[in-house]
Amino acid sequence: MLKIDKLTKRYPTGDLALNAVELEIPKGQVVALIGPSGAGKSTLIRCINRLVQPTSGQAILNGVNITALGSGALRSARRKMGMIFQEYALVERLTVMENVLSGRLGYVGFWRSFLRKYSQEDIDEAFRLLDRVGLLAMADKRADELSGGQRQRVGIARALIQNPDLLLVDEPTASLDPKTSRQIMRLICELCAERELAAIINIHDVALAKMFVQRVIGLKLGELQFDGSPDQLTPEVLTRIYGEEDWEATIEKVDDEEAEDEAVL
Amino acid sequence: MSDVTLDMRLGKPWKKPHFIKNPVTRWGLIIGALVYISFATGSLEVNWSRVSEGLVRGWNFIAAFATPDFVSRGTDIRDGLIESVIMTITSTIVGIAISIPIGLGAARNIAPLPVYLVCRGIIALSRALNEIIVAILMVAIFGFGPLAGFITLSFATIGFLAKLMAEDIEDMSRVQAEAIKSTGATWTQWINYGVQPQVMPRLVGLSMYRLDINFRESAVLGLVGAGGIGATLNTAFDRYEFDTAAAILLIIIATVMVLEYLSGVIRKKVQ
Repeated sequence: MLKIDKLTKRYPTGDLALNAVELEIPKGQVVALIGPSGAGKSTLIRCINRLVQPTSGQAILNGVNITALGSGALRSARRKMGMIFQEYALVERLTVMENVLSGRLGYVGFWRSFLRKYSQEDIDEAFRLLDRVGLLAMADKRADELSGGQRQRVGIARALIQNPDLLLVDEPTASLDPKTSRQIMRLICELCAERELAAIINIHDVALAKMFVQRVIGLKLGELQFDGSPDQLTPEVLTRIYGEEDWEATIEKVDDEEAEDEAVL
Repeated sequence: MSDVTLDMRLGKPWKKPHFIKNPVTRWGLIIGALVYISFATGSLEVNWSRVSEGLVRGWNFIAAFATPDFVSRGTDIRDGLIESVIMTITSTIVGIAISIPIGLGAARNIAPLPVYLVCRGIIALSRALNEIIVAILMVAIFGFGPLAGFITLSFATIGFLAKLMAEDIEDMSRVQAEAIKSTGATWTQWINYGVQPQVMPRLVGLSMYRLDINFRESAVLGLVGAGGIGATLNTAFDRYEFDTAAAILLIIIATVMVLEYLSGVIRKKVQ
């Protein structure tokens, strides 16, 4: 469904952020993208929806080569890629409902969006999604009144109302506490399963990634270092991606969630 | 620097590094500044007998504030004030309307380079020309009266508002705007959802601030013939009617204070 072919990004500063990355992701697969800071994880997902312009190579979504699209066609292609951000990236002075509905901007005309006159279907879908992420009561609050976990749920609803085929998720849990992090990861993965969405999730927390995803990709200095199931993440693999460190504690299976939740409280 | 060992550091005092590292440059600048100040003060010529005379006149003027005369030129003051208020409000509204597109164009993070350069050019022009100079030019073109003042203030508002708005847009949260872009929004939708909510409070605050600047300026512009309360004030000065002048100044001060208070209230509301 998504095919990345020799995707390369060199920033004007000369830094090679991505070096001929090859990747294929089938429908409905949730992939965790791990790697040290500066490995090019954010650049990779931003090159897919072209918030960052790749230097060369292709990203092909459902047979459409996104890297070659003009601005109008790119906008239609972006509708099919929902994005979830590290710092939630909600427009803070807009209400929760406006933030969710902004996911429909690719589908509605300017005046409709300017006057906030969305179709009843869009409004109903927004409320359904807010209910699904547990924030129905918050619809008319301003986004900056919410807590971190709540904001990320709004971010998820905004991405899903686009009716995407692919979710691009950039460090969804980086600013959240451990319990909320798990809840958010679980929610994302559940929703992907419900809607058969593929997702690429950038994540620093390897243990958390292992708990939820079917496939892990390791990136180091813009190059693919690992591509396999979470079980194959051995200390050697992690050393190859991140460098020397004691990885045993990271790899240990964490099953007793209750115990950790209590520790957090 | 990396070959510094702990032994070299221990027992030695530590001082914050100087802002200008090169001691020659540093002391050169300090001495240069002192020399300049001493020469500059030395070149001032003060005629003390003239000052003592002037102090009396100044005191008369200040004393007039104790007995402001709102009545004897009441109609003039009222007409001037109404003219000033109309001039202020219209020029602020027109100025804001023109500033918004120019401000958008002058923000490097959303405008392409040619648009950016043109808009920055307009802003630089508007800021380079002082209101008084523009007003003199406008009076020469349009004749005496509030039209010249209105055009001058609109023009000055553009430089002020567009520049500060552009800077606020350049400081906005990039990721919020990015999130809207990633939904497939068009440029106008992106501005409306991703940019406008972020800069709106500042835009409203600046507009209110500009309203009160424009009112104050309208008093000055009258001195060069651009109408408004300033014209009334000028006439009062010409006739040595300090009581009336004092009354006008008190009205200006009161109006500015009211605007100040209003803008505070409004800014709090839109935060």
